[in-house]
Amino acid sequence: MTDPVPDAALGVRLLTDMLRVRRMEEKCAELYGATKIRGFLHLYIGEEACAAGVLPTLTEADNVVATYREHGHALLRGIPLRAIMAEMFGKASGCARGRGGSMHLFDASRRFYGGTAIVGSGLPLAVGLALADRTLRRPAVTACFFGDGAMAEGAFHESANLAALWQLPVLFVCENNLYAMGTALARHQSQTELTAKAASYNMPVWSADGMDVLAVHAAASEAVASVRDEGGPAFLELRTYRFRAHSMFDPDLYREPAEVETWKQRDPIPGLAARLRAAGALDDARLAALDAAADAEVADAVAFAEASDWEPVADLLTDVVTPASGAGTGGAR
Amino acid sequence: MRMSYREAVRAALHEALVADPRVFLMGEDVGRYGGSYAVSKGFYDEFGPERIRDAPLSELGFVGAGVGAALGGLRPVVEVMTVNFSLLALDQIVNMAAVYRHMSGGQFSVPVVIRMATGAGRQLGAQHSHSLENWYAHVPGLRVVAPATVADARGMLPAALAEPDPVVIFEHVGLYNVEEEVGDWACDLTHAAVRRPGSDVSIVTYGGSLPKALAAAATLASGGIDAEVLDLRVLRPLDREAIAASVRRTHRVVVVDEGWKTGSLAGEVVAGLAEECLYDLDAAPRRVCSAEVPIPYAKHLEDAALPSVDGIVAAVREVCGA
Repeated sequence: MTDPVPDAALGVRLLTDMLRVRRMEEKCAELYGATKIRGFLHLYIGEEACAAGVLPTLTEADNVVATYREHGHALLRGIPLRAIMAEMFGKASGCARGRGGSMHLFDASRRFYGGTAIVGSGLPLAVGLALADRTLRRPAVTACFFGDGAMAEGAFHESANLAALWQLPVLFVCENNLYAMGTALARHQSQTELTAKAASYNMPVWSADGMDVLAVHAAASEAVASVRDEGGPAFLELRTYRFRAHSMFDPDLYREPAEVETWKQRDPIPGLAARLRAAGALDDARLAALDAAADAEVADAVAFAEASDWEPVADLLTDVVTPASGAGTGGAR
Repeated sequence: MRMSYREAVRAALHEALVADPRVFLMGEDVGRYGGSYAVSKGFYDEFGPERIRDAPLSELGFVGAGVGAALGGLRPVVEVMTVNFSLLALDQIVNMAAVYRHMSGGQFSVPVVIRMATGAGRQLGAQHSHSLENWYAHVPGLRVVAPATVADARGMLPAALAEPDPVVIFEHVGLYNVEEEVGDWACDLTHAAVRRPGSDVSIVTYGGSLPKALAAAATLASGGIDAEVLDLRVLRPLDREAIAASVRRTHRVVVVDEGWKTGSLAGEVVAGLAEECLYDLDAAPRRVCSAEVPIPYAKHLEDAALPSVDGIVAAVREVCGA
């Protein structure tokens, strides 16, 4: 717990990011109980070091494709917490106007392409985004987050093959939390060394401790650099664990409580805080201030979401298709 | 000028590739092989492997890559060999391309064009011969079109590429060798078209069944029944006004659809008429669809399973009380 911190300023920044995600999601759980948030709600608590370590290694020109457990990715990509919270409330001021909810957060201006909830569905999309960047000679990387469960889907294998075959700039980020919903890794993968699967497609692979945000950041920096410099894809496995159930409907009967408790001892937030204290970069007052700021951001977002309006029912059918479509004439082109 | 349906699709693709560097063709064997229906023969040499992109046998992967490439600013034309194979890509079409705009609160458009062959008649058996157009026509967010004439084969692709949203184009395998005179091919992706005006009965159809409907109308004319043939052209959104307008003129309707009758597009057409103009009808509608059976290989059985000119003629005579 007292490994040296090579870059204290970075450490404090990543700690701040993780705290913001943690406080947001703790409030989400509370608001779910209060029926302000409905539908499926998949919490990232315990896994924050993954998004917090990877996202700062990307630029604004890069693309991010995430899963249905994407609140943290959305926040750390820069989507205002107000817009995220309002989306979970189903309000028109949400980042998808209340049409998406918790699983479908989007922000075109930040190149955040969701928020998709069919396991593996973001992978082919990421390949296509990278194909567009390559074709249009834009030097962007597409980071695609998915879980260990997605690696049993054909979509992973088809996408890994396409990205490597066509040498497209995709960073495949597997957040391996050891469970595909309720099915343990060894019960859903013939090869539990997930990097071996990815490596078989002829791409460089990294694996990092997903409970150590600095380790994630270091590995992600190398992997992103590889994608940028070599042009082809890379695979990054982050070994992590979710402390909460799969969703709010999950009674969590498939994991031993002792296993969960063991992983909680490796909580990425107090772990990093202790290292920063040991390095003299953090004290009680600073930590309290960070916590208070995170709480205040959440409180502001909840108030904003509460006060926001619902999208009028009259707008139900808008944006099924793009306005004014269907009139095009072939001859006019 | 006179050209075949295949040449029309090819000319449309060629023009788009020349005109717009964002356009590229992607699919199985579209490149070196020249396209499984020879639509893109020679394009690989002319435009190169990046514009004519041979994809591995991974329909889910490359159709999804087409969706992502459209989001990223390109104008992909994704070719899927047959509608049967497109079921491997259904997730990316139905769960991603179709919903992306609405689910994101209108932030994204997905201008991907997905072309696929459909239909029976070539003795290809039960995994290459089905007509599943209605599966796609069921889904909000998609525009679904079926060029039935050579002119539409020429005009619908550029119109689809001008669309900001996903368009699925169904090319019936029985039409590729059809030759017709083509004049002005410019078209919209909105309206149905009367292919033969008539006053006694409306035959509503689309795609590969249009030639059969026209042949039936010719036979019926010699027997004194003047049939109007309406080509739906666009399967989603349906041009319900044109369908109702035709039926209000003729007061009788037969719908011809190569899909299976149960849950068919023909059923949707008839249901719409029941809602909109039931009392304009002088006789109960009839549907001529494929038999409820996987399309078999043997020629006589395949023929028996599909809508036929004789079957259309018989159905029309029945609704006309002739």
